[in-house]
Amino acid sequence: MAKISVSVDGTTYSDEVEPRTLFVHYLRETLGLTGTNVGCDTSNCGACTVLVDGRSVKSCTMLAVQADGAEVTTVQGLANGEWTPVQRAFHEKHGLQCGYCTPGMICAATSLLRQNPTPTEDEIRHGLEGNLCRCTGYQNIVAAVAQAAEEMQGATS
Amino acid sequence: MTAVEDRPDTEIGKATLRKEDARLVTGQTRWTDNIVLPGMLHASLLRSPMAHARITSIDTSAATERPGVIAVFTGAELAESYGALPCAWPVTPDMVNPPHMALATDEVRYVGDGVAVVVARDRASAVDALEYIDVTYEPLEAVVDLEAAAQPGAPTAHSQLDSNISYTWPFAGGSAIEEAIEGAAHVVHRRFVNQRLIPAAIEPRAVVVDPQAASGEVTVWSATQVPHILRLMLALTLSIPEQKVRVIAPDVGGGFGSKLNVYAEEVLLTALAMKMGRPIKWTATRSEDMQATVHGRDQVQQITIAADADGRIRGLKVELLADMGAYLQLVSPGVPLLGAFMYPAIYKMDAYSFECRGVFTNKTPTDAYRGAGRPEATFAIERIIDELAAEIGMEPMELRKRNWITHEEFPYEMVAGLTYDSGNYEAATARAMELFDYDGLRAEQQRRREQGDPVQLGIGISTFTEMCGLAPSRVLGSLSYGAGGWEAATVRMLPTGKVEVVTGTSPHGQGHVTAWSQIASDYLGVPFDDIDVLHGDTKVSPMGLDTYGSRSLVVGGIALKRACDKVVEKAKKFAAHMLEASEDDIEFNAGSYSVKGDPEKSTTIQDIALAVFAGHDYPEGVELDLTANMVFDPENFSYPHGTHLCATEVDTETGRVTITRYVCVDDIGNVVNPMIVEGQVHGGLAQGIAQAMWEGVEYDDAGNLLTGTFIDYTLPTAVDMPHFTTDRTETPATSNDLGVKGVGEAGTIASTPAVVNSVVDALRPMGVTDVLMPMTPRNVWAALSAARSAGEGSTTMASEDSARPEGGQQ
Repeated sequence: MAKISVSVDGTTYSDEVEPRTLFVHYLRETLGLTGTNVGCDTSNCGACTVLVDGRSVKSCTMLAVQADGAEVTTVQGLANGEWTPVQRAFHEKHGLQCGYCTPGMICAATSLLRQNPTPTEDEIRHGLEGNLCRCTGYQNIVAAVAQAAEEMQGATS
Repeated sequence: MTAVEDRPDTEIGKATLRKEDARLVTGQTRWTDNIVLPGMLHASLLRSPMAHARITSIDTSAATERPGVIAVFTGAELAESYGALPCAWPVTPDMVNPPHMALATDEVRYVGDGVAVVVARDRASAVDALEYIDVTYEPLEAVVDLEAAAQPGAPTAHSQLDSNISYTWPFAGGSAIEEAIEGAAHVVHRRFVNQRLIPAAIEPRAVVVDPQAASGEVTVWSATQVPHILRLMLALTLSIPEQKVRVIAPDVGGGFGSKLNVYAEEVLLTALAMKMGRPIKWTATRSEDMQATVHGRDQVQQITIAADADGRIRGLKVELLADMGAYLQLVSPGVPLLGAFMYPAIYKMDAYSFECRGVFTNKTPTDAYRGAGRPEATFAIERIIDELAAEIGMEPMELRKRNWITHEEFPYEMVAGLTYDSGNYEAATARAMELFDYDGLRAEQQRRREQGDPVQLGIGISTFTEMCGLAPSRVLGSLSYGAGGWEAATVRMLPTGKVEVVTGTSPHGQGHVTAWSQIASDYLGVPFDDIDVLHGDTKVSPMGLDTYGSRSLVVGGIALKRACDKVVEKAKKFAAHMLEASEDDIEFNAGSYSVKGDPEKSTTIQDIALAVFAGHDYPEGVELDLTANMVFDPENFSYPHGTHLCATEVDTETGRVTITRYVCVDDIGNVVNPMIVEGQVHGGLAQGIAQAMWEGVEYDDAGNLLTGTFIDYTLPTAVDMPHFTTDRTETPATSNDLGVKGVGEAGTIASTPAVVNSVVDALRPMGVTDVLMPMTPRNVWAALSAARSAGEGSTTMASEDSARPEGGQQ
């Protein structure tokens, strides 16, 4: 077992973990943060995407021990009293149906907009290439991210 | 009575944002895998690595000793604990349906067939212990190829059977079809391969079972589309009194037909939990899900079309081989039958015959996948219409116009026996062609052809219709299906004037909570936000037949509308009493009851709800209740239709295909929520286009699933998908109160042939007349080279040998 200390959604946790434990399993099973989902076992689907020190990471691609000292935000910690522009845009643009890919999609989009606040449609599509959605055909997800970008630009200019 | 027309502002028709989203965008979800119960154990299944083998011995002793392991069971040890998994659709009286046990007992019949189960204190311990189970297999010949399996004398997928044919289902065509073919000026025959697909809902399947030993009750949470069907089947399969079984479909992450089933793990975990007296959870890994959740499609279609010299269709003959996989799941044998009625599509013709043989192979069972039978039929008819157009030398849209039912001709009785209630193919087509710039693209295509451009342009058409809204119960009975197709709804006015709607449909992404609130809001005159919709729990919603076959709105929505009507009617008696007027003089409008000619005297449905709750003053002989139940059994299917147009650029040197424009104009009648409808269309398009372009299951000759992960089975990403241009025409259904038609499957049914027709259209001048799906660069290139080597001036089909379907993107 290894000891880790990690901040998740604003709370710091110290735990003994098996070295083989995937970070997503630590989030879901040890911390009970089940907003982050598992959709595959090959790191293709992106359902488990969270923000680690501000950047999107598929939480199945890292071990819990690698999160030691990190500051992590999951879909459950994004909203600070009110929804973020990305969450709101997914709602307003009907960017989700079953919602299973949504936590990862929203985290990936949040990270994308931090790196590129004014993406083109093509850049949005490439930015979300690592996240699979089976319901929407992506069109409304792309529209949601574009709306969030516009809104965030408006807020900062 | 419910005069929606008079109301200034109605919810129906508005793009109201979804109530469902709040928990989904904030992660406050309850997927089955999230559920943790005190003392809960975890199950993991050992699955067969062989497609076909006899189990000669299993030693579980070492696994039992592993840390955290509570128990290990083999299939043989549990054989008495449950009955065989159910197939609810015995399509013929002599259908062969060998027993399908939750765990194999003596013979494994596909890679992924369950062999043993470990129950442990945590999931990791259960998975770790699987490696300590020692199984000896004696390999048997694996039956993999569908057409070979159907041959007389072929090795069999079940060693105790002497043939792989499960059933032969003929649709009487009589001698008319042969006469039509013999007398026709043009006869075109094709063999189309509709490849096997994996539905791949992003939430893998999961089951949690909580037994209550003292009462004999058991609660089952499952990632299922069909909690009601599952409850009934668990009761039957496990001999549990039905009233003791509660099934809950909590948040369910997509289904697309694959969660319309009764699975081995659902039966197995229920049996184990009750046997061990402990709650147990099982969650599929993705690779496990790809092996052990049903696949879709997998048909070989022999189709012949006969037409007069001027292009009028005379007859259509279809002979189908449908791969059932290793076992018959819940509705496996019925899936091709749903297609049987759809091959004639929108076209008038004199003769039609259809025959399907369901065939066993040593592969994952097939069953419903978005469209279920209708995408396959639509693919074949829309493809061969293009082939007939080429044979005659007629523009493919012109050929369609010459043969389709015109809008004045509805209702129209089809050669396959269905009566289409309404439609307007001309209007949808005209709009689609305008949005697409059909003539402009044809001109551009001509220019590229003349210039010999290495990147050719193709234009693909699909003027589809489909039958959905499953289904009139009597029709299902006539097709030997084991249940009906009705749907139930309950509407309850609460004392505070709020409303609970209970529906028997079981949404998993479709937005029923929002759409049903819109319907109830209009028909009760209660604000949208005052309505909640309850579903997916057999204790809360005891009656229902769940969600599949684009049925929820056109069956369940009508049940809801009529339940609202009943509540309004019930409340009217109270209104008359309160307003001291005759019931005949009471008018209802937008939630308000008033006396005719004296609008000052009025009350609201909410006030009546409180008065009914109090019960202080009410008319004699009237029940003190503002609840209504309604079961609606449809009289007919619903027939959405539309025109889909796809432009592709095909690089003739590399075989690479790029979709450059996709336009569809669908007609699904009246619309409750256009935003949700558009989302359904987008998602449907994505899955249909994915079949054409990227997805395909591959097995090797030994029956190993080669496309068993998301690395090898390539779901489209945001980069792959084109931008869609969608629009609608509205021709209301005449077969239901709301004038609505189903939409869940339409995009998937329509889009696949539009894309393939487009690519074949691009390459037809080079002699190509078919490209195998998925149209990877390799498959396109193979079709091109086969055509080239067939020599100048003649055309050829891409042969299977030279163009094996490729699963992966290249």
